[in-house]
Amino acid sequence: MADSHNFEAKGHNPDTDGSLPPEGSELEAHLQAKHMVINMGPSHPATHGTVRLKVELDGETIVKIDPEIGFLHRGFQKSCENVTWTQCLPYTDRLNYLSAMMNNFGFLNAVEKLIGLEIPERAQYIRVIGSELHRLTDHLTCVGATGLEMGGFAPFLYGMEARELLQDRVTELTGARLTTSFGRVGGINRDLPEGWADKVRKTLTRTEELLVEMDGLLTRNRIFVDRTKGTGIITADDAIDYGWTGPALRACGVDHDLRKTQPYWVYDRFDFDIPVGEHGDNYDRYLVRMEEMRQSIRILRQALDTIPAGPIIVDDWRIALPPKPEVYGTIEGVMAHFKLVMEGIQVPPGEAYDATEASNGELGWYLVSDGRGRPYKVHVRAPGFPVLAAVPHIIEGKMLADLIPTFDTINMIGGEVEQ
Amino acid sequence: MDRVSAHFPEAVVERYVDRAGGAWAVIHPDSLPKVAAFLKNDEELQFKLFGSVDAVDRLHLAENDPRFEVVYFLYSLKRHEHVRLKVRVSEHQAVIPSLVPLFRGANWWERLVWDFYGIRFDGHPDLRRILLYEEFQGHPLRKDYALRDRQPLIPERPIKDIFRGPGTSGHS
Repeated sequence: MADSHNFEAKGHNPDTDGSLPPEGSELEAHLQAKHMVINMGPSHPATHGTVRLKVELDGETIVKIDPEIGFLHRGFQKSCENVTWTQCLPYTDRLNYLSAMMNNFGFLNAVEKLIGLEIPERAQYIRVIGSELHRLTDHLTCVGATGLEMGGFAPFLYGMEARELLQDRVTELTGARLTTSFGRVGGINRDLPEGWADKVRKTLTRTEELLVEMDGLLTRNRIFVDRTKGTGIITADDAIDYGWTGPALRACGVDHDLRKTQPYWVYDRFDFDIPVGEHGDNYDRYLVRMEEMRQSIRILRQALDTIPAGPIIVDDWRIALPPKPEVYGTIEGVMAHFKLVMEGIQVPPGEAYDATEASNGELGWYLVSDGRGRPYKVHVRAPGFPVLAAVPHIIEGKMLADLIPTFDTINMIGGEVEQ
Repeated sequence: MDRVSAHFPEAVVERYVDRAGGAWAVIHPDSLPKVAAFLKNDEELQFKLFGSVDAVDRLHLAENDPRFEVVYFLYSLKRHEHVRLKVRVSEHQAVIPSLVPLFRGANWWERLVWDFYGIRFDGHPDLRRILLYEEFQGHPLRKDYALRDRQPLIPERPIKDIFRGPGTSGHS
């Protein structure tokens, strides 16, 4: 208090003497330029997931940033190595909790590759449908949260409305909202419910309307554009060097999407485009995500229209559980069921690497089997990990305010980064 | 892989194509940077996208000498192909040359391998633990590390009637 009285007495205050401050006054003085270390996180509204960023600041400029991860680490690999292949599924769901089915199906794809198994056509279609539904929910959350953290609550609400509708459909399909555990080795768990396809079509129409709203609120919004355009830039070469994949890499202008370059399931039968950015900044990453959602809706419509009838899981009792009448009625059924539950699927010894295009990029699985019912080694290549590793490179020397949109648009997911 | 073998006949210990069609080769540890640089910079190969690194502890496998196998995953945006490079190291000499000078993306992954398997990377700029805390003893993804072994930073409350399951090392 005493200081402020002195300050007024000197007559520097424009409110009291009515003139502009003279030269050399407080307004012209330098900000205190001591280096300051602040902690963002481990739980901060703008860090998606639990991650602590140790940020060293010079004024508002970031001198050094050191992301510290591992707060969520729960021993994913070790847990998987001590349960049967099927029992790994709930663990994989929890890697990316916004798109559980993608992790699930990606893991199963790798297991099936290891066995050398071809899954029925209908199951492949349902996997595509599930994956694209979850790609939508993931991107909606990311874009909505970006809008929210740039100061706009309405886009977030629209995103949430669409996500809620889509997750209702996911619930009807799988019986769970977030951690679905929907896949099975050799196919999927359940067939589509009655009348579900029409409901999804209606939901997609509503989602498209909401996307138009979000687009109108964000894409040409002055605040949003000013904060995202030209911030968080990474060149294509650097992004490749760091191992970026997915929307973040495509925003740099690299046309790489595993759905096109190494088509799995029935992706090659659908007509869709891969959006590619130019500058590799936050704004392009946002635009790529928006366009990807529209393409997902396109894929979903085609898949729902052309899905064939047929079995949804392979008819092999060494891999899939026998139908219940067989279990209750025949000794072979009981034995197959018992052996599968107690010993797990006997995956032949060997190793395989398989990658699918999850919502944030290449989700790779490297599996080693020793021929027993449990995985010997499960390695997950989470798309968020290299993306987060590049954040210091992007942001050092930039402003603290740029960190927030950068962290939003790279969409790092704690669960998969920290395994 | 044919090109690698042709260029570095002495570096390739073993070559393989697995059932799923994935190609891999076991490389002599000393020639790892040389081979990786070739894969990255060769005009026709261009394996520039750094996938990941992980290790396999082969303690309980039939072939377990040397004990660890470090696996590098690379991807070529030109050929749209995955490739795996493997390096085998023993427990006593678990040091291999770091690939960070070649791929910046290797930085965090190599820290992860150090954290979980205790394999050192020679020339790594910042080899710290990444997911676990500095005070952690040992490397938990090694097969001889008990599943339920715990090292809490803050002592856990004694709860008597929780069954911690098989693999409990006794001290909870």
